[in-house]
Amino acid sequence: MNGKRGKTQSEYKPGKKVKQIVIISGKGGTGKTILTASFASLAENIVLADCDVDAANLYLMVHPEIKEKHSFTGGEKAVYVEEKCTFCGLCVSLCRFGAVRSLNGGKISIDPLSCEGCRVCALSCPSQAIEMKPSVCGEWYVSRTKYGPFVHARLHPGEENSGKLVSVVRKKAKEIAESNKYEFVLIDGPPGIGCPVIASLSGVDLAVVVTEPSLTAVHDMERVIETSNHFNVKPACIINKYDINEKNTQNIIQWCRNNNVLFLGKISYSDEVNKAVSQGIPVPEYPNSKIKNEIKQTWMNLKNIY
Amino acid sequence: MILSIASGKGGTGKTTVAVNMALSVSENQNLQFLDCDVEGPNAHFFIKAALDKEKIAYLPCPEIDENKCTFCGRCAEICAYNALAVLKESVLTFPELCHGCGACRLFCPENAIKENGRRIGVIRKGPAGNILFITGKLDIGQAMSPPLIRQIKKMIDHQQDVILDVPPGTSCPMVEAVKGSDHTLLVTEPTPFGLNDLKLSVDTLKQMEIPFSVVLNRSRSANSIIHEYCRKEKIPLVLEIPLDRKIAEAYSKGETLISIDPSYKTKFLALFNSLKS
Repeated sequence: MNGKRGKTQSEYKPGKKVKQIVIISGKGGTGKTILTASFASLAENIVLADCDVDAANLYLMVHPEIKEKHSFTGGEKAVYVEEKCTFCGLCVSLCRFGAVRSLNGGKISIDPLSCEGCRVCALSCPSQAIEMKPSVCGEWYVSRTKYGPFVHARLHPGEENSGKLVSVVRKKAKEIAESNKYEFVLIDGPPGIGCPVIASLSGVDLAVVVTEPSLTAVHDMERVIETSNHFNVKPACIINKYDINEKNTQNIIQWCRNNNVLFLGKISYSDEVNKAVSQGIPVPEYPNSKIKNEIKQTWMNLKNIY
Repeated sequence: MILSIASGKGGTGKTTVAVNMALSVSENQNLQFLDCDVEGPNAHFFIKAALDKEKIAYLPCPEIDENKCTFCGRCAEICAYNALAVLKESVLTFPELCHGCGACRLFCPENAIKENGRRIGVIRKGPAGNILFITGKLDIGQAMSPPLIRQIKKMIDHQQDVILDVPPGTSCPMVEAVKGSDHTLLVTEPTPFGLNDLKLSVDTLKQMEIPFSVVLNRSRSANSIIHEYCRKEKIPLVLEIPLDRKIAEAYSKGETLISIDPSYKTKFLALFNSLKS
């Protein structure tokens, strides 16, 4: 590590395949975003992507200067046209998502937050009293940060199609990396194991799972590692706040060994993390950081895989 | 009362609040506890229930009768999720994309589609003292948690009080879980991440017209950005849990907050009763 950032892109070998690395955790709040921002601050040649689109936080650490803004149309939503309605109630009986409800007096109401855009109500309505309208359910951005290009998004509150929006963000980040010969795309992933996680995970080169030595975090780590194996993505593990429970930490390291999961490093519990986050700066840039070296070592271990 | 415990940001202490609330309240009455965080269900580490009943959760998924099918392509054209592709002499289905809406079966002109159950997860239930504990677990590789959450919520007994542990975020799994709640407690922490995601959850709940209040976890001062935000927005801040390494250590071992500090029992009970009235 030469400690200098901003190496020009031409210093890197052309034609080298871009490596996509996603940071996930299963359980929320184990430190995904803090580590992503910290790695960004240590890395030299990366594109950043925030794929935790329904609670995007990475922007708070990397302070983007937004260059492009796009609206995201996820799917369609059913819209009720009362004048045409004959109040037959067919739509209510066919909707499997509980989105179409009949009100007192026979009128219909469609809850946009429950509607999954399947079109069943619109297609079966005998009087064309339901129309399908494209729904704008978020925005995505291409930005400049001092760490490199940053692709991020914001799903509107309560919306669906987060998986699709993740795919849009990832595609753009990869395009930027390929056409400008960046070495890595670093993806801040969502919690859980469902739709947006699968969209963040599929086709990446490495899934870095951030866990803590608590029973719940370990349980969720195992589930997200199984998910990553299911989609043929190589998993690796980092333990955050490892000294909260050293016994569990040892168990996790052993578990990783037994299950062929790369162990990248462990990071101590430290008050400075909260302070750094509150000031919006990645931990390695926090003055006199005590855990900087642990994070640095972890990043080196990750980088050395390639 | 259906009380749901949610948060935009993950790991702020939803499960801690839900579990300790349920354990405190259940000393005096029966209640149902629903763990709807089906992607990472964790409440069972703290509420030790005898989960003696199990039910597999299925989602309807199309199966094509190729003897009846004329490969007209109508189903693929109708499917909003691209879960079907019609080739010259066969139909491909992509079950992981299917939302189970039934459109393909409904509009197939040849009646060549029937629906089969596709396994998406499992629901377990059983008693723990006065608590009837219900928990769902999404299968690995399954993308869609809302249908599983819907099936868990069908087990709600409306005669009883219900405490519901919600998945993180503000998108469809969270919406599905909080829908129908009488009140939602939003658990957050005094960091810019906590505040950012609290605002998103507040927007979501306002849209859904569900009353809510805030619980501040890992509190470090009496005047944080969360205090300031709640004051400005006139949102009641109903409980604070201090930042304490001891709490984190106990949590890591699966110990409850009320077991290491019994004074929380009265706090949770008082909070529950005040929300109920």
